[in-house]
Amino acid sequence: MSLVLNKSMEHPATSSRAATPPPAAAWTLPGIGLLKGLAVTATNMIQSYYRKDRMTTVQYPEERATISPNFRNFPFLAYDGADAMAGLRCTACLICENECPPKCIYIVLDRDENGKSLKRPKVFDIDVSVCMNCGICAEVCPFDSIYMDGEYELSTTDRFEGLLFNKQRLARSTDYHAQLRPLEAAEVAARRKADEDKKLAAQAAKEAKAKADKAAKEQAAAQESELS
Amino acid sequence: MPELDEDQLLHVSLGPQHPSTHGVFRMNVLLDGETVVSLKPVFGYLHRNHEKIAEGITYLSSMPFTDRLDYICPLTNNWAYAQAVEKLAGIEVPERAEYIRVITAELTRLINHSAFVGFFLGDMGAWGSALMYAFREREKILDLFEDLTGARMMSNYMRFGGCRNDLPDGWAAKASVLVNEFPRFLDELENLVTGNEILIARTQNIGALPKEALINGGITGPMLRAAGVAYDIRKVEPYGIYDRFKFRIPLGTTGDCYDRLMIRLLELRESLAILRQALDQLPEGAYIHPKAKIRNFKPPVGEAYARIESPKGELGFYLISDGSAKPFRYRIRPPSFINLTLLEDMCLGLDLADVVLILGSIDIVLGEVDR
Ligand code: SF4
Ligand code: SF4
Repeated sequence: MSLVLNKSMEHPATSSRAATPPPAAAWTLPGIGLLKGLAVTATNMIQSYYRKDRMTTVQYPEERATISPNFRNFPFLAYDGADAMAGLRCTACLICENECPPKCIYIVLDRDENGKSLKRPKVFDIDVSVCMNCGICAEVCPFDSIYMDGEYELSTTDRFEGLLFNKQRLARSTDYHAQLRPLEAAEVAARRKADEDKKLAAQAAKEAKAKADKAAKEQAAAQESELS
Repeated sequence: MPELDEDQLLHVSLGPQHPSTHGVFRMNVLLDGETVVSLKPVFGYLHRNHEKIAEGITYLSSMPFTDRLDYICPLTNNWAYAQAVEKLAGIEVPERAEYIRVITAELTRLINHSAFVGFFLGDMGAWGSALMYAFREREKILDLFEDLTGARMMSNYMRFGGCRNDLPDGWAAKASVLVNEFPRFLDELENLVTGNEILIARTQNIGALPKEALINGGITGPMLRAAGVAYDIRKVEPYGIYDRFKFRIPLGTTGDCYDRLMIRLLELRESLAILRQALDQLPEGAYIHPKAKIRNFKPPVGEAYARIESPKGELGFYLISDGSAKPFRYRIRPPSFINLTLLEDMCLGLDLADVVLILGSIDIVLGEVDR
């Protein structure tokens, strides 16, 4: 009935038998172990009055702990330019809504009167009482639109409306992003600029090609008319 | 054993809200005087339907939920899940990412085992000191995690094919400093607990079971090794790059509560050895496979089981893919839950106060037990 590990499972390197308690033969004064422990506690207590690394309590809110620049909390929506609602980068592609693990993002695509997509969100709500600060939305967004914020003093007395952030509440300028996470923002800005440049270059090339084609056609037509 | 008089037995419901049950866990204990006659564990108070939810969302979306299984050790949970998906989809992990994974996993083990010592002493009635010292050190590691992953506990850091981001500037140096300073804390901790006569009297010869019973029960991790069975997945089935490091697996002899405590203290030293080697050898390179997909990830049809040695034992993920973006089946083998199954056998015939101690020595986290 009983299954015992066979020898091959005993890896050669697994040979340490140090975990046995101190041998009973080594007689010590009863209570020495206890006193040793008490010495540790006493040292800690005394050191906690003068040693910096033992004074670990931060007296919030008078004092604040330094927070890592990578700390993430809730998402925000980035916008370019001065007008937050016009400059939102979000195209309402719904990728983040689908990937969000607790499904706390709610997006409605804005359409014009003919039903054509305007590629921007009419509604963009995040229920931050459900959001689990995972950062997946920021990771999957292909349009550099959603990023993680580091703001943490968000308590409110209204747990329904107060914790449902709409797009006005979520919008933050790209400058804010650059201030919050300079490295990430610089990388994004550089990539966007490169994309933009590429697009402009492609357009310029296209225009140049069209021009050349046109010139070539005109030349051909001129030659033809000359021949006839 | 004489016939027990039903009327003389005392029925005690320990928990679910009780500080010594490490969460919301209940034990229906039948006592004859102070002696345990039967013990029935009741769990499920923290059930969140994690497995079923995971079958309705994409593979990536489950990653942050795995943080919340064993919430003391989110990074090892991440690793186990990432490994299962990598096996399923056949994704390679770059060298640097493997090193980062080992470093974060061993730091997690430091957190878990030192906090374990604190909680265990709390269960014995020495509430406070040891736990506060352990948490003071844990805070330093959590600061490192916050710097790296963006969150202290809910890291959501591993990705299929690597890690989410690279180490920030100076992180490895900070980690080295921590690793070099940690032994001082360990000396302190060992001075505090190991020789203590009260602790020895309360823990030795308590809760031991024969090796065969533990193996039959599927017990893994420090619980099993305390009984002297050399079974550590990092050695018997090395995953990641564990075969590159030199470290030893501490073994106990009797498997009682004292051995379980000592095993953890010794494993802390071995984890430090691994950390030192890994931080020394940390190579440059990519932290995630360049072809790893974040959006629209669909592994091929198939199934995979991957396991790691989490601080609590064998943590495994079993996945079946039907080729879509969501797993067809998602199953976890949680070490806390399976280690808990022999609780009654360990407690029979002992005092009620020992039950709390034995439960503590198993080192459970209810987030993982109930899922
Ligand atoms: S935030 Fe990004 S991913 Fe989400 S809908 Fe807008 S553009 Fe798409
Ligand atoms: S951070 Fe995570 S939970 Fe919160 S909105 Fe983004 S994807 Fe959803």
